[in-house]
Amino acid sequence: MDNNGEHKNPDKGNHDVQEPSRRKFLVNTGFALGGVVVGGALGGLLGRKSKEPAAPAPAPEAGKPAGPANYNRALMFLTPDQFAIVDAATERIFPKDDNGPGAKELGVAFFIDHQLAGDWGFNAREYMSPPYFKGEKVQGYQGHLKRREMYDIALQEMENYSQSQYQKGFVQLTGEQQDEILKAFEDNAVELGTISPSGFFRVLRSNTLEGVYSDPLYGGNANMDGWRMRNYPGNQMSYTSIIDKDFQTIAPSSLQDHMAAH
Amino acid sequence: MATKLPKTDVVIVGVGWAGGIIASELTKDGLKVVGLEKGKSRKTEDYFMVHDELRYGVRYDLMQDLSKETVTFRSNEKMRALPMRQYGSFLIGDGLGGAGVHWNGQTYRFLPYDFEIRSKTIERYGKNKIPSDMTIQDWGITYDKLEPYYDKFEKMAGISGDENPLGGKRSSPYPTPPMTKSPAMVKFVNAATKMKLHPYMMPSANLSETYTNPDGISRAGCQYCGYCERFGCEYGAKADPVVTVIPVAKKTGNFEIRTHSQVRRILRSGNKVTGVMYTDVTTGKEYEQPADIVVLTGYVFNNVRLLLMSGIGKPYNPSTGAGVIGKNYAYQVIKGASVGFFENEQFNNFAGAGSLGVNLDDYNGDNFDHSDLKFIHGGSISLSQTGQRPILNNPVPGGTPTWGPDFKKNSLKYANRALSVGGQGSSMSFRHHFLDLDPTYKDAFGDPLMRLTFDFEEQDRELAKFLAGKCGEILKEMGANHVDSLKELGPYDIVTYQSTHNTGGAIMGTSPDISAVNSYSQMWDAENLFVVGASSFPQNAGYNPTGTVGALAYRAAEGILKYRTKGGLVE
Ligand SMILES: Cc1cc2nc3c(=O)[nH]c(=O)nc-3n(C[C@H](O)[C@H](O)[C@H](O)COP(=O)(O)OP(=O)(O)OC[C@H]3O[C@@H](n4cnc5c(N)ncnc54)[C@H](O)[C@@H]3O)c2cc1C
Ligand code: SF4
Repeated sequence: MDNNGEHKNPDKGNHDVQEPSRRKFLVNTGFALGGVVVGGALGGLLGRKSKEPAAPAPAPEAGKPAGPANYNRALMFLTPDQFAIVDAATERIFPKDDNGPGAKELGVAFFIDHQLAGDWGFNAREYMSPPYFKGEKVQGYQGHLKRREMYDIALQEMENYSQSQYQKGFVQLTGEQQDEILKAFEDNAVELGTISPSGFFRVLRSNTLEGVYSDPLYGGNANMDGWRMRNYPGNQMSYTSIIDKDFQTIAPSSLQDHMAAH
Repeated sequence: MATKLPKTDVVIVGVGWAGGIIASELTKDGLKVVGLEKGKSRKTEDYFMVHDELRYGVRYDLMQDLSKETVTFRSNEKMRALPMRQYGSFLIGDGLGGAGVHWNGQTYRFLPYDFEIRSKTIERYGKNKIPSDMTIQDWGITYDKLEPYYDKFEKMAGISGDENPLGGKRSSPYPTPPMTKSPAMVKFVNAATKMKLHPYMMPSANLSETYTNPDGISRAGCQYCGYCERFGCEYGAKADPVVTVIPVAKKTGNFEIRTHSQVRRILRSGNKVTGVMYTDVTTGKEYEQPADIVVLTGYVFNNVRLLLMSGIGKPYNPSTGAGVIGKNYAYQVIKGASVGFFENEQFNNFAGAGSLGVNLDDYNGDNFDHSDLKFIHGGSISLSQTGQRPILNNPVPGGTPTWGPDFKKNSLKYANRALSVGGQGSSMSFRHHFLDLDPTYKDAFGDPLMRLTFDFEEQDRELAKFLAGKCGEILKEMGANHVDSLKELGPYDIVTYQSTHNTGGAIMGTSPDISAVNSYSQMWDAENLFVVGASSFPQNAGYNPTGTVGALAYRAAEGILKYRTKGGLVE
């Protein structure tokens, strides 16, 4: 159903209300999101499949209007080898199945690459001042490494461990073997001097879910398929018309749709 | 050397809920008020792209930048405190409106019992019911005395709700009707009613309909968009200081807000304070702002830290129990929850609002008999529908692996098939739970960080298990096919989000030897200094704190006006 098309404007007849932006939201978004945008900017993205790294933007499927090329599918931080490991590992964490695409198709590794290149990769908004002491578990992360450094080290360690166990690189392993390695990291069964293997695994797992479910503007959740699989409608301006109703499936909408509608 | 600025009547340190309320009340009365706020300015238009779980919900866009300032934490005095380097247990507000911008809006009144907990416990169960290291005390104000101020806060914010059948007496009904019930909430109400419990709609600062408050501020009704907690409301439907009290103060022409102004010391001369010293964080320049009256409204940690850094009041000493500043830090026992999985039913879990929910108080306060229980107090139990955003909400039945094909399958299947019923447990104060200055770690200006010493006690473990059990019973009655409940509370950790309901450190009471402030939030040790916020709670209740913070702020404003005319300690 098209929830937004129906939502009423609570502003009506009340001109003292202060917030101009809200008025704009309600008047513009409420109507613009219904149908119009879906046929335009969003339509170009529908049904598009992500490809392996460095592949050119795929051509739009027949019968769909052409959208802009996906220029953000390029690497900002990871090397191609690192990217391939992340791509393979996250697919094991959130694999493709009958419900729909896995991490690979959703672009999770691009998401992680882009995150590592920014504030989050530099731990920019976190307390990173010395002195550093090993803490208790209840005290949280006490390392001095930034996340991008942790990823660099952890991916190398995964590769080393893979070589020592199977005499092959992580990407060359079977899915089951890759699971073994991830499990060994998760359970701290690998001895590393620099980082906590389980700490890294937890970050990788969280990043996978973030890449599957964050707004597609960050490079993951391609075509909003992460949302679609679990019937999450993404960015909707209002649920007033369904809040007291039984379950309903609503086609998802993204922040790009929102932007385009203004 | 700090540049000395012209004197003002009142300077407020931090412009969140408490600061905004004080500013609006005092400026309406003609006082000149300067509000110093360390963060940036905010307006509703800033939330154009607010439906972004990653940016706001996961990466904490609206919260304080921890690289500049955080707290340190240890479980007990034997441990070395270490900085909270990344967010977890609670989220600290920053910028105009403070945490009032990204709160949920669940706006409770505490129970009459909460304010007289020590006397009432002794009266009913005898002295031995209170363990020797539990330092709870009466507030020095009763519910009945505070009631008019609760009423004032609720009318200002437009709280939507219906009467709590087990709550204190109300002088008037909620200003707006309750929000719309979702099918999951109807289920909870039916089950609870059948179990002879007393459910009612959660009092909500997400307006159920368009409302104009006594200050003439009009706001629109909530759209149930599901992006309340950790987000700003793009409609202005959620009451926050930026859309309610701050505009009122500004309109008087008597309120000057200076953002990017970090207050670092309270200045004092004899038994009075003379103003504050702050740094303009954009230029690094220091200023002295003289004032007749200083009001600390910077949240629990900042209020206590500023007092300690400025040498005002006697610091608490946990080994002797003497001193009051930093005493009785308390928190919340929020983990007593259960999740129910419904095989044949789906719910619109993605829709909701920060304070859309149903609640009951049958196991809160002293509403039930504690004779055979190993704890006092209790908690509110609720089912809330705040909008289950997909990154942070992936409920799966116990036994499901945390990743891989089964995780994927179950997390997708249950995304709209799981409902959780949670207990918001009270937190009692203990002799060895306190706040002081960290000897090692510093903020961006070289000032010591606040150090927090806290752990869960036997009382909390018993309480959490008890509440989780009750939550589970309700879910079973609701028809869940499978219920997972908390089994052990475990130690307190700074890593997982629990609640931003930190309390204590500059507590309220009837005399200077057991408290920092009187019931008008006035410092015993400096009569023209008022310390307002949850820092004055002697222990924490089984509810969210802001309704009570708001009520105390209205009372403090009245106290300041009385002080202004009469001087001395306000009676
Ligand atoms: C995610 C979240 C959800 C919440 N949900 C609820 C809820 O549903 N119900 C409820 O009752 N409560 C809720 N709360 C708690 C609620 O937000 C707080 O109780 C309330 O905001 C406290 O108001 P305050 O004015 O004391 O502090 P704040 O709102 O934190 O404001 C303090 C202000 O002071 C400023 N400041 C601090 N130190 C200085 C300094 N040295 N110099 C200058 N400025 C300074 C800060 O930047 C900030 O703007 C929630 C909190 C969070 C984080
Ligand atoms: S749920 Fe309601 S109050 Fe909350 S942000 Fe959305 S519209 Fe505002």
